[in-house]
Amino acid sequence: MITPKPAQLQPRYDVVVVGGGPAGLAAAVGARESGAERVLVIDREPEAGGILQQCIHPGFGLHHFGEELTGPEYAQRAIEQTLERDVDVLSSAYVLDVASDRRLKVTSRDHGVAFLDAGAVVLAMGARERTRGAIRIPGERPAGVMTAGFAQKLVNLGGMLPGRRAVILGSGDIGLIMARRLVLEGVEVEGVYELMPHANGLNRNLVQCLHDYDIPLHLSTTVVHIDGRERVEKVTVAPVDEAYRPNMAKARDIACDTLLVSIGLIPDNELAHRLGLRLDPVTTGPVVTSTMETTRDGVFACGNVVHIHDLVDYVSQESELAGRGAGAYATGTPTPPDNVRLTPGENVRYCVPPTITTDREHTVYMRVTKPMAPCTLHLGDVYKRPLRYVFPGEMVTLKVRPRFLEGFHGGSLPVSIVPREEGGSA
Amino acid sequence: MRYDVAVIGGGVIGCAIARELSRYHLRAVVIERECEVGLGTSKANSGIIHAGHHGAEGSLKGELEWRGNQMWDALADDLHFGFKRVGDLTCAFDEDQRATLRQIMEQGKRRGVPGLELWGPERIRREEPHLSHDIVEALYAPTAGVVNPYEACFMLAESAVRNGVDLALERTVVGIRPSEKGFEIAAVVGDDATPELIKARFVVDAAGLHADAIADMVEAGGFRIRARKGEEYLLDKRLVGYVKRVIFPCPTPTSKGILVIPTYDGTLMVGPTATWADKDDLATTAEGSAEVFAGARKLAPGISEKDCIAEFAGLRAVSDTEEFILGPSRVAGFVLAAGMQSPALTAAPAVATVVLDALRDDGLELVAKDDFEPGVPAPVRFAELSSAEQRSLVARDPAYARLVCRCEIVTEGEVRDAIDRGARTLDGIKFRTRAGMGRCQGGFCTWGCMELLHERLGIPLTAVTKRGGDSYVAIPRLEGAA
Ligand SMILES: Cc1cc2nc3c(=O)[nH]c(=O)nc-3n(C[C@H](O)[C@H](O)[C@H](O)COP(=O)(O)OP(=O)(O)OC[C@H]3O[C@@H](n4cnc5c(N)ncnc54)[C@H](O)[C@@H]3O)c2cc1C
Repeated sequence: MITPKPAQLQPRYDVVVVGGGPAGLAAAVGARESGAERVLVIDREPEAGGILQQCIHPGFGLHHFGEELTGPEYAQRAIEQTLERDVDVLSSAYVLDVASDRRLKVTSRDHGVAFLDAGAVVLAMGARERTRGAIRIPGERPAGVMTAGFAQKLVNLGGMLPGRRAVILGSGDIGLIMARRLVLEGVEVEGVYELMPHANGLNRNLVQCLHDYDIPLHLSTTVVHIDGRERVEKVTVAPVDEAYRPNMAKARDIACDTLLVSIGLIPDNELAHRLGLRLDPVTTGPVVTSTMETTRDGVFACGNVVHIHDLVDYVSQESELAGRGAGAYATGTPTPPDNVRLTPGENVRYCVPPTITTDREHTVYMRVTKPMAPCTLHLGDVYKRPLRYVFPGEMVTLKVRPRFLEGFHGGSLPVSIVPREEGGSA
Repeated sequence: MRYDVAVIGGGVIGCAIARELSRYHLRAVVIERECEVGLGTSKANSGIIHAGHHGAEGSLKGELEWRGNQMWDALADDLHFGFKRVGDLTCAFDEDQRATLRQIMEQGKRRGVPGLELWGPERIRREEPHLSHDIVEALYAPTAGVVNPYEACFMLAESAVRNGVDLALERTVVGIRPSEKGFEIAAVVGDDATPELIKARFVVDAAGLHADAIADMVEAGGFRIRARKGEEYLLDKRLVGYVKRVIFPCPTPTSKGILVIPTYDGTLMVGPTATWADKDDLATTAEGSAEVFAGARKLAPGISEKDCIAEFAGLRAVSDTEEFILGPSRVAGFVLAAGMQSPALTAAPAVATVVLDALRDDGLELVAKDDFEPGVPAPVRFAELSSAEQRSLVARDPAYARLVCRCEIVTEGEVRDAIDRGARTLDGIKFRTRAGMGRCQGGFCTWGCMELLHERLGIPLTAVTKRGGDSYVAIPRLEGAA
């Protein structure tokens, strides 16, 4: 499966997309559909598709392609969609810098260090995993402590194993998927430990990856010590109280040679920093408008660079939108600016986009702080919708239709999710 | 193998001694138990070249700190490791501490440390706006510097090797016997049962935490080395430039306290703690973390745990007198460089000259070589080049066009060079190139580094280690699994 490379780099493109994962590929499609002629996707790997290429399990595409695909299958579809639309894909290349005049500095084996000008830029570099250092797990620093995503790469792309007996810290989706994967590979998975009183991954992963394989999930429990000079020899786990303070009296040692950490993803924003984009302290991604434009003219962002998504399908949808925005910008087609701000209220951590317009339909993605069931989603007092449950591991999506906002004259609308009395009406 | 001098221990002290020895017509070897030099205390410290005014008058630590301090510019010019003089500020919060600042300043002046100044609150705020407003006065010392200590070790060793010194790595000294012509050193190689014998007329004990055990092997010791642990925490590059100088609290008689350190690469580091520990205890602790962040916040209130990306602990090799044990021992031909706690990194180049003097006094003839080559080739640092330089570099060698580490912008060419210059492990690559030191902590680049170690060293991926021994990263798939 080789991604064709453009024979020659052009000095100028209408839209340059940084990152060839599902976000970047969908953005390229969106850009072409909105009239951009020359569109280039740049990816650092030899093959586009991003992290999906190592996600060999099924569960992708139900929403976007209407059927269940594996990660590489989803990636392949996305790549084909771009190639059908004459998008150039430059792989094994790395964008070192984007200047505010949208001149990109790119390094690649094929073209050396080159400069390209872009009518519009889409940032779609994805996310990186939080590591052990970020949560300062006490103990020694042996080999065998690794992120779940790195272990996934070792197993699925490298045909190796991280170890023989693993403990998993964090119930993020990659950790859950890897718990199952390791068991299938003959590795013993002692258990999954989660600091929070609730799991962080998708419900379906809890069922299909842990429950179906009898892997225990220990909530409100964390790793308090790592032992091992060269390779992990044991970890110590302890339950935590409401303030997440470990109860050392109840600490327990687990012999293992591997500790996988699956404690969350962080938008990869090296370029956003270089561009001086305004970042949102909650999502840690760039602040965007309803067309996914950042605080710098003609620079758009989408996918996990903006906020961490639960399903790739939503990444593709959001990114097509960003691509359309970038294409419109590059071709000089104006879009009416946003005129309504959404303010996160009770049990809403953030809304993306944080601002919308009254003239179009918008899909707003949000994350909750805590599980709730049953509950009601309120958009100010202009709209409400009952929800069976909400869960921090799953995004909530809300379609805001222009008719909701007929007669609304204010500037800001609070979005909140509040408990619903059993049997009461929404 | 028969040598004139065997140096036991390849930390910064052993490496500095080896390079000094390589100036002369003689055969020398460095015996080190790890698979690369500098992986002991010398990589796990604050990386400060202390200004020269700290140590008490008349103390060896104080005098050698200042002598060593003045030798780093020339070393860095020859050996191209990261070093810059950023200056330091020692901060006083009350009248007693102000008095201490004055006393340190006078002691420094008498020693000849130039440029010491007392700064009032206004000056402090202008120069270092993020420091606490409770600081009433600070002592500024322009001579303080920061160094990448592991790079210094690698380059000192490389220079020594280029000038004829042998490196005997992965050899643990288990016994030393005096012989007619000097000493016979028994060193265990890996899991081998029979040790290898290395003969040398002179031995230098630079074995860090284990210098006491080594000296006891020939009854040259009679001292004890204990380990005092220091935990350090590295912060995200979001805070690059937050302080420009090394920030010290006012010292107490026993400790320099918790510091805020702008490392050579610009990111901040906070620490170290100081607690007695076992000689193999490199664990960081929840208490240590709490102490470090509380201490750092006292100096710079904006520092937060939220920015932590990594942490480590190092062990100071402390003698009972707290002083260096340096020079001749009671056994002729056996020279000591023990008790090398802080500021021994700073002092290392001066320590090496003291050791050479002691060897000469014991009868080693030092005849300078005409062909001693002081320099080593500068490693390529792609990220530090201008665009024009990058373009011509990758036109010459496209390996520099492929990125391996995205956080620190390190290319395949740089990783390859590091391996060709001696890196054998992921840590060896990391400490030479910075690949894996950034905010993703190797999540992205470990793979590329493993592949390059595999290709260049011809070892299977499952034989790649973090830092030698059993620190493998992956194992082969199990037979018969699904
Ligand atoms: C937290 C901390 C912060 C510090 N900050 C500073 C600072 O800012 N500035 C400063 O000047 N100093 C500082 N220091 C002190 C400085 O790091 C040390 O003084 C210096 O690194 C000592 O170097 P060394 O070569 O003696 O020891 P090491 O680096 O420990 O080298 C000893 C070597 O001997 C080897 N060895 C031991 N036993 C054997 C054996 N039997 N056979 C073969 N090999 C053996 C070991 O493997 C090791 O590599 C700090 C120390 C700590 C712990």
